[in-house]
Amino acid sequence: MATYTLISSNVLSSSATSVTFSAIPSTYTDLVLRISARSTLGAGEVVSSRIIVNGDEGAVNTYYSSIYVSGNGTSASSGLTSDQAPWIFGSTITANAATSNTFSNNEYYIPNYAGSTAKVLSGEEASENNATTTTRNARAGLYRGTTAITQLAVAGTTFASGSSFYLYGISNA
Amino acid sequence: MSDTPTKVVVDCSTGITEVLPLTEAEIADMETARVAAEDQRKAAEAEAAAVAAAKESANVKLAALGLTAEEIAALSK
Repeated sequence: MATYTLISSNVLSSSATSVTFSAIPSTYTDLVLRISARSTLGAGEVVSSRIIVNGDEGAVNTYYSSIYVSGNGTSASSGLTSDQAPWIFGSTITANAATSNTFSNNEYYIPNYAGSTAKVLSGEEASENNATTTTRNARAGLYRGTTAITQLAVAGTTFASGSSFYLYGISNA
Repeated sequence: MSDTPTKVVVDCSTGITEVLPLTEAEIADMETARVAAEDQRKAAEAEAAAVAAAKESANVKLAALGLTAEEIAALSK
């Protein structure tokens, strides 16, 4: 029977530009990263965030790809970031201009994170706005690094106080 | 009160959380990344808008050829 164990968490008591989970143990089968966040930036309803694996980041690199489908109640879209993307691109952090005290929900599942092959990620993202328009994304990401994932960072905006970040380990036995 | 942006690092092996000020280099990197992310988002939106415009244009041309709305809709199912 699979078990679901909290590895570490953080609820921001003041704004921060990134939250990094380091020294992730390799003793689990899969990882789950759950985020409830709001940005201090942004004039629209959502702003972008990004996920960086093992600190691998740069203006151009070959580590990441990401594909998504998105809907906001009015229109639907899809997109692909090329194999030159410098990070796995997440996109539904509730922006500063959205309804007060609303926070987005993001969950990412990373199977076989400690293996020696490329790592995949599946994500569900929903902004919250308590208004007519909101955004819902489904995402698939690829990290081509072949070493175990020992570090996950969420960055790309300034996360507001009260944003929460939870990292879970899944064991299949 | 300092305006220096901070980052949070959670060490999963110890459970210790540190709140650290960004270095000047990290602030510069953050700005570069923010601009790149915004460019990426705009590019994705522009691509989606271009596809939608092309689809609308195609539908208009198909209608001009005599296809009904139901027939046009059936083409994309």
